[in-house]
Amino acid sequence: MKLAFNIAKRFLLSAKKQTIVIILGIAVGVSVQVFIGALINGLQDNLIDTAIGSQSQITLSHEGDESFIDDYQSILTSLEGNNQLTHITPSITSSGRLSFETNNENIVFKGVDFDKAEGIYNFNEKLSMDNSQIPTGLNEVALGVGLKDLLEVEIGDTINYIDNTRPGNPPISLTIVGFIDFKVLNLNNSWVVSTLQTTQQFLSINNNQVQSIEMQLKDPFEAEEVSSNLLDEIDNSSITSITWIERNQDLLNGLQGQSISSLMIQIFVIISVVLGISSVLAITVLQKSKQLGILKAMGIKDKDASKIFLFEGLLLGIFGAIIGIALGIGLLYAFDIFADTGIPITFDIGFLALSATIAITASTIAALSPALKSSKLSVIEVIRNG
Amino acid sequence: MDKILELKQIVKIYGEKTKNPYKALHEIDLDFKKHSFNAIIGQSGSGKSTLLNIIGTLDKPTQGEVLFNGEDISRYNKNELAEFRNRKIGFIFQFHYLLPEFTALENVLMPFNISKEPLTEEIKNRASELLETVGLENYKNTITTNLSGGQQQRVAIARSLINQPDLVLADEPTGNLDSDSTENVYQLLRKINKELKTTFIIITHDRKIAEKTDRIIELKDGKIYADIEK
Repeated sequence: MKLAFNIAKRFLLSAKKQTIVIILGIAVGVSVQVFIGALINGLQDNLIDTAIGSQSQITLSHEGDESFIDDYQSILTSLEGNNQLTHITPSITSSGRLSFETNNENIVFKGVDFDKAEGIYNFNEKLSMDNSQIPTGLNEVALGVGLKDLLEVEIGDTINYIDNTRPGNPPISLTIVGFIDFKVLNLNNSWVVSTLQTTQQFLSINNNQVQSIEMQLKDPFEAEEVSSNLLDEIDNSSITSITWIERNQDLLNGLQGQSISSLMIQIFVIISVVLGISSVLAITVLQKSKQLGILKAMGIKDKDASKIFLFEGLLLGIFGAIIGIALGIGLLYAFDIFADTGIPITFDIGFLALSATIAITASTIAALSPALKSSKLSVIEVIRNG
Repeated sequence: MDKILELKQIVKIYGEKTKNPYKALHEIDLDFKKHSFNAIIGQSGSGKSTLLNIIGTLDKPTQGEVLFNGEDISRYNKNELAEFRNRKIGFIFQFHYLLPEFTALENVLMPFNISKEPLTEEIKNRASELLETVGLENYKNTITTNLSGGQQQRVAIARSLINQPDLVLADEPTGNLDSDSTENVYQLLRKINKELKTTFIIITHDRKIAEKTDRIIELKDGKIYADIEK
């Protein structure tokens, strides 16, 4: 072991320039992989986030119209232990009619637990004006920003609401505390958000009842599987679930296509990096065939002779990977600063480790075939041909 | 006197499976005494290098047996052969064949390191002494590419002796040296032969060198043409 390692080390050190060029060659390959990989992952995350990042990916609700999940707190508690879920929030959605002076609008009324819902809907970020606030007290509401013009209302105005499911009830008075820009015209013109409590009250339901529990997942593509596991866990036949995939099959197809093409690009980058490393190593091994002949005449065993080249591959791979990752991170950093694309670039340690492992493994495997070839080399050939 | 090496009916045919096989050695029978100092001479193409390579187990005979201290080494597998070469045989080649990446001392120690025995002070001293014997004590830590041809050849000689082999095989050890260096190298080999009792088989073109040995074997067309013992 030590013998082969020492010889490998000396071979590399004695041709410093060449060794540096090879290491840089591997490093460039690794950095391209790190850079392209992170960029593609960032794009992918960005796309997924844009498409389904601000909506519920799994929604649990009670079977039948106008029925509610009882004792939602205990379900919430059991869901919070599930590490596949990132955000969980109870909600009640209803619809009705808002009126202010002579203006009327049909709206969707959404009661949420703002602390928990923030993870999915980012209400705080979307507040449209400086003095807009998130509703906290009873009968406080925030309106989609489009409703501001439709109803001609301002913050502080009191508006009347009649719920579609309670048409006989007298209208309730709500106070506007803010406007929210959902970035979607449809939502801006129809959404009204408020606390769970406000909603529970005008629907006359208990404060431990909600209409649905909304969730987001670590991996949205596993929604179907996670959903069926959740239902098994909850073990309540009256609770049903719907995923974003069921709601929007086309979107899934699009995102999956994007995922597969990302993967393909990465695989091709990896293949070209591996081929580059192999060809470079094959040449260095050929250069050392004379030394190999000498060592064999002196009685080095084939196994040890092969190990010399495996160690060369390993050492080149390790240094190439380290420098390559540094270069790749530098590139990403520069890209992030100079090309202001808004693509979120994340340094995923796992991904970096994977890139390094691929480079080191590739270098070692690339050294394998010349190493095997070297063990078949006949001393006589080398000595005769000098 | 005991025999260190016996060759029995050695035949070497090149290109056996081709249309024109070439028989380089014809049923050679030869033996060498322990501690002897032998020369093999002959024109190029006479088969002398082939014979030396077969003795050194770098090449395999097509037919025949090679007995080393009475043991048939032609039956050894690759690993056994490697170990045999490492411990029993020292090689000196015409073109030195030092490892250019290593210093003189490291080159001398290489056969020992290949044996994977732990490196002791004793061995390091032995290597230093050998370099001293060949007159290179001041060049121990010089990378071998910075040495002259004669110096490199002397490093190769020191290297061939580090594992205290029973037999040293030298293929034209003075082949590309000037006459002064040639004489020095000869004197050196002779001195080692006397002091360490190492058996030498030397291939040479140089009649003057050959005449100073104990025995001259002349090969011609793959056959023993003359075998003169003094």
